[in-house]
Formats: sequence, C-alpha cells, structure tokens
Amino acid sequence: MKTDDLIAALSADAPAQQTAPRRAFAVAIVTGALIAGATFLLTLGPRRDFMSAIHTLRFDFKFVVTLALAATAVLVARDMARPEVRRSRWRPLLLLAPVLLVLAVAAEMVALPSDLWMPRLIGHNMRFCTTMIPVFSIGPLALMLWALRRGAPQHPMRAGAIAGLVAGGIGATFYAAHCFDDSPLFVATWYTLAIAFVSVAGALLGRKLLRW
Amino acid sequence: MPAANKPDDALPETAWAALMRAGLAGDAAAYRELLEALAPRLRKFAANGLARSGVGNADAEDVVQEILLAIHLKRQTWMQDQPFLPWLNAIARHKLIDVLRRRGRRGEVPIEGLIEILPDAQPEPESSHTELSKLVSRLDGKQQSVVSAISLDGNSIKDTAAKFGMSEGAVRVAFHRGLKKLAALYREGA
Repeated sequence: MKTDDLIAALSADAPAQQTAPRRAFAVAIVTGALIAGATFLLTLGPRRDFMSAIHTLRFDFKFVVTLALAATAVLVARDMARPEVRRSRWRPLLLLAPVLLVLAVAAEMVALPSDLWMPRLIGHNMRFCTTMIPVFSIGPLALMLWALRRGAPQHPMRAGAIAGLVAGGIGATFYAAHCFDDSPLFVATWYTLAIAFVSVAGALLGRKLLRW
Repeated sequence: MPAANKPDDALPETAWAALMRAGLAGDAAAYRELLEALAPRLRKFAANGLARSGVGNADAEDVVQEILLAIHLKRQTWMQDQPFLPWLNAIARHKLIDVLRRRGRRGEVPIEGLIEILPDAQPEPESSHTELSKLVSRLDGKQQSVVSAISLDGNSIKDTAAKFGMSEGAVRVAFHRGLKKLAALYREGA
C-alpha cells in the first residue's frame, strides 16, 4: 500500500469518539469502586460494630493507608498512559502509603508488649483477607486496564502493575470495613501480600493487554 | 523534553500542533495535511533507525506506515495543552523499538528524535508492496472489504457504503476496527 493512500484512508476515519484518556480514568475509578462496593455489600458487608469502630484509631488508619495507595497510584497511572512522560512527577508519592505503614508498625510495636506482636500479626482472618482483597479488586483492575488501553503506555508491564496497586487499594479499602484485624502489624503483612498479588496480576495482564 | 530546539523548529511545533488540534476536532483536511507533512520526516527517521541497528533500511516504508497508523490510533493521548513534538517522538520511537525487537535487535535506537532531523528529500518509493497490503489480506471478511475499498482503492466512506449496501455508520465502525486490527497484526510480527 502506498503511504499516500494510507494517509488518505486515515483521514477518512471518523473523528475520535472514544472516551478521552483523562476521562477514562475517572470513569474507571468511579465504576470500579461501585463494582467493588456492590460485591462487598453482597458478600461480606461492614463489620457489626462498624459505627463504634470508626472511633478507634487503628480501624481508621487502615483506610488512610489503602486510600493513600489508591490515590497516589492513580496519579502515576494517568501519567503512564501518556507516551511522552518518561517519569511521572508523582512517582515519589508512591512511597507515601508504605511510609505511613512503616510508621504505624513502629508505633504499634511501641504501644504493644512484645508477646502480643505475633498474635496481632497473625490475626484472625489472614486467609480471608488475602482472598477477598483480590476478589474486590477484580472490577477496579479490569477498568483500570481498560483506561490504560485508551492511552499509550511505554511500559505495559509497569503500567499494569500500577493499575494493580490502584485496584488493590480500592479492594483493600472495602475489605478493611469488614475486617476485625486492625493492628498495623496485620495490615502491613496480609494487606500488603494481597495487594502485591493484585499488582503482579496487573503486570502480567498489562504485558498482554497494554501493548500498542 | 529535548533541549536542542533550534529556532526553526518553533515552526513545525506550532504549525503541527495547530493541525493536530484541528484534526482532533474533526477537520479531515487539516489532519491529512499533518500526516503528509510528517511522512517525509518519519521516512528519514525510520531509515536512520534501521541503518543504525544494522538492519537493512529496505523496509523503512513499512515502519513509516506502522508509525502513521499508531499516531492515528493513539492521537487522543496527545494532551492538547502540551507540546506536540515530544508526543510525536515518543510514538515514533516506541514503534521503531518495537520493529527492531521483532527483527531480533535490541540494539541502539537513535536518541535523536524527529525534531533534529531535516526532512528527507527522497519521495515515497514507487513500490506499493508494503507489509500493510499483506496484513489487509489477513483481516476478516467485512473488515477486509471495507479497509481495502477505502485504503487500497481510495473510495470514500459514502461510496464504500453504497458498494456493499451498508450504512455509513457501519462502514465507519468496520473501518476503524479494521485499522485497530491492522496495528495488532503488525505487533504479532509477520
């Protein structure tokens, strides 16, 4: 085919009517959270003492960490959809959630006698936690990958991994409302493991789905 | 962002960004003008990149066509309040690296972008036997008829619709999906 013919053909292709990339991320976050929220209400629902738990520091902190992760990862993901952005200026912010978590773990270890560390770390529901966080993350991950496909990520695997962090953050936020294990020791161990799993899944899917 | 913007380069940046904006707003003539202005630079860019990696530059025109297709399919990822040339460079480099990988080269990709490169004086090669023609023949039935009617035979959307007894909307959809499929076929590597 002659390049001139190709150019003529491309200019005949209809003006773009797809969702613009920026908007796609907003749609992905809102819809992903709705799907995760609906799944949460239909399966686990909030814990029975939710209203009184809100007044405890450890319970609230779980949301601070998971929401910080989701929010910072979204900022990076949006930049990763743009081919000309080599290094997102938001990238250092990805350290926010881990740093908060490390500080909380340190505070917890000061607050608790050492013979309680292991029991709190093991908690009551680690298997449930590592299963349900990924389950709640499925919808948000699918939508984040959809949004990234609207873009042109230079690094499909990395972009997929970041999408997984967003999805894991959203999934963990809902799970946290059900979970009775509030110690930062538990969160730092099992939430991290579950979210890492979602991120790896995102990276592997990204490698397949985000090439262009 | 490349620092080596010579004074003359202010011109393509401004002019191309304006054409791209018009194109995104639905001005097909402006869009076509932009792609026609890009093609000679892409030709030089592709030939240089292939030569530098020790791959013969015989199929530079294939690379040009693949980059043009990528520019088209990803045009919405350009943020209209941002400079156009860095975006263009990123797309072109990404596709060139892709081509070199498919040919088993991980080698050097020119760091210089299109910006520093003067347009090639050479016109488009006469031969029309590019990889793209082969890929079109691998499309499914309706997509193949629509894409070849428009791109190979130069029919308009309207004529194509009349020819196949389809609505114009259906032709547009089949055509756009066909173009996306072509980009995927390139990636699979022939």
